[in-house]
Amino acid sequence: MAEITYRDAVIRGIAQEMARDNDVVFLGEDVAKAGGVFKATVGLYEQFGPLRVRDTPISEQAILGAAMGAAMTGLKPIAEIMFSDFFAVCFDYIANEFPKSRYMSNGQTKCPLVVRTGNGAGSRFGAQHSQSVENWCMMIPGLKVVAPSSPIDVIGLLAAAVRDPDPVIFLEHKSLYPTKGEVPDGEIVDRLGTAKIVRPGRDATILALALMVPRAVEAANRLQSEHGIDCEVVDVRSLVPLDTQTILGSVAKTHRLFTVEENPRLCGWGAEIVSIVADEAFYDLDGPPVRITTPHIPLPAADILEDIVLPTPERIMDTVRRSLQS
Amino acid sequence: MATAQDRASVPPGAGLNDDIGEDKRLAIYRSQLRIREAEQRAYDLFLQNLVKGTSHLSLGQEAVATGFAEAMQKGDLSFCTYRGHAHTLARGVSVEKVLGELMQRDNGLMRGKGGSMHLTSEEHGVMGSYAIIGAHLPIACGAAWRAQYKGDKDVSVCFFGDGTTNIGAFHEALNFAAVWKLPVVFVCENNLYMEYTPIGDVTAVPHPAADRAASYGLERIIIDGNDADVVYRTAQKAYANARAGEGPSLIEALTYRHSGHSRADPAKYRPEGELEKWKERDPIKIYRERLKQFGVGDKVIADIDASVRKEVDDATEACKAAPMPPLDILTTDVYADGGWAWRN
Repeated sequence: MAEITYRDAVIRGIAQEMARDNDVVFLGEDVAKAGGVFKATVGLYEQFGPLRVRDTPISEQAILGAAMGAAMTGLKPIAEIMFSDFFAVCFDYIANEFPKSRYMSNGQTKCPLVVRTGNGAGSRFGAQHSQSVENWCMMIPGLKVVAPSSPIDVIGLLAAAVRDPDPVIFLEHKSLYPTKGEVPDGEIVDRLGTAKIVRPGRDATILALALMVPRAVEAANRLQSEHGIDCEVVDVRSLVPLDTQTILGSVAKTHRLFTVEENPRLCGWGAEIVSIVADEAFYDLDGPPVRITTPHIPLPAADILEDIVLPTPERIMDTVRRSLQS
Repeated sequence: MATAQDRASVPPGAGLNDDIGEDKRLAIYRSQLRIREAEQRAYDLFLQNLVKGTSHLSLGQEAVATGFAEAMQKGDLSFCTYRGHAHTLARGVSVEKVLGELMQRDNGLMRGKGGSMHLTSEEHGVMGSYAIIGAHLPIACGAAWRAQYKGDKDVSVCFFGDGTTNIGAFHEALNFAAVWKLPVVFVCENNLYMEYTPIGDVTAVPHPAADRAASYGLERIIIDGNDADVVYRTAQKAYANARAGEGPSLIEALTYRHSGHSRADPAKYRPEGELEKWKERDPIKIYRERLKQFGVGDKVIADIDASVRKEVDDATEACKAAPMPPLDILTTDVYADGGWAWRN
């Protein structure tokens, strides 16, 4: 067991799959010789060589299109889009091409690829390099969408994504790259569509994703020590497939639901989960589910502004405490 | 804007050079005629309301699809557009499967789940018809990348219209393919119209594909797209280069669409006399004359004509008799497990 960073977990996850399977190839902007702008691909070029780890031009459509053509014909590509905001530049592939080719062809064609990207805020990059785009992707039939919060999950879920026969959007949180976690030696393979109870509790369920997971855990720990409120924190990990079983099970236990989303409030994934819980577990609830989100605004650059936009442990604590005490 | 006069500068067609051989010529003739008859039938079936939705015919452009397909080897891959009936038929997919899909019947290529604009037959190397302009050029690059990476010798052939050349994906794909030296052949069918608008009205250069080839270090290639022999020879050369590791080609084939852009378009924007002028150079008429030049007898040609018509008639009847797709396919094949479940 060693403690490694989320960033190193990305490198280890990619390397694990490339070492296992020669059909796994990797492409993106600045990913090979330069080792990635977030240094999340350092050493892969040296380890796997120029045929398997390839620098591309700044051509997001070409990157995702080429990944798709390679996937359709026998490779298992991992494509990097540097910042998830750039999905908008190549969204045809994400919305129209990857997810629909199997259906339109009545099952003839396949698209087993992974798109990795740096997602989320916290780096003071402003509105076009800081978005959380999971909601853009979640609503498209045919895609899978994963967002890990810890190094061990990065490796395991990346392996699961690479081995998955469907196109998977793999959202790495930029602000988590330097964070650390314990990771065992040897191969790690997780399962898509599984949420994880990262902190058990009795009084309320807090659902969170990616950067919001450590913030929810911090809030839960402080709620316990400062107010005696015992919250269960569930790391959703995978939006599609969604582990409704774990979520509904947690709500059945705690009877209260809070979702913590790092994205504009409108049409966020939390709304979908709240809707599922209202449909299927309404009588388990002792109070209305509460969504904690960013406001419906673009992300500001200034640290003082960005900090108040994103849900913080304090905001999560206040919301849970006031809701439970009302 | 490209005009009929541009063809004057194009290398002459077959002449009497018989390197292609009679068997291949008869195959080329049969394929072009099959496309023509199948597409005309599709149009008739529209008028009977048996083909629904929209459809984009390539009447008059048969020589391009045929010439490139006849030069392909088994295992080579085609990437088509929504105007892809011709390219799909040219790879040997049956008329019944294509008409069945247009009629949205259970015997169609995708059992009615794809429709006219999405013809796909993986077993024939037809890797999909893409209805978003330009989307498939990068995808063809990816298939070619796989061939390069695995040492496979297949070529990816990507067909698109003149309108595609003003899309970003065109330029991204050309640069990408050239930099990576990929075995991909890009075929621009310049039929002079971007949907309803003359391509010259909206394009900065007279030859929308060829004039941009130099930007990617590629040869400027313009061919007579109505002469299937010219197309066939051009394809052979481009495929050989691709297989030899010399990288991509970009070919602009000059041709003309006899019908409108789609079912809804009567093509009233065309100048008077233009269609008639191009019909004098109908690829099937040219080819029938070519066969005669090479001494193919009238009876051989008449037999092909009759057998193609019978094939299309039989396919039409089979499709009319075929059931509509069963409702239980509605939710199949969204995900690789065969289903559509997005939650456990």
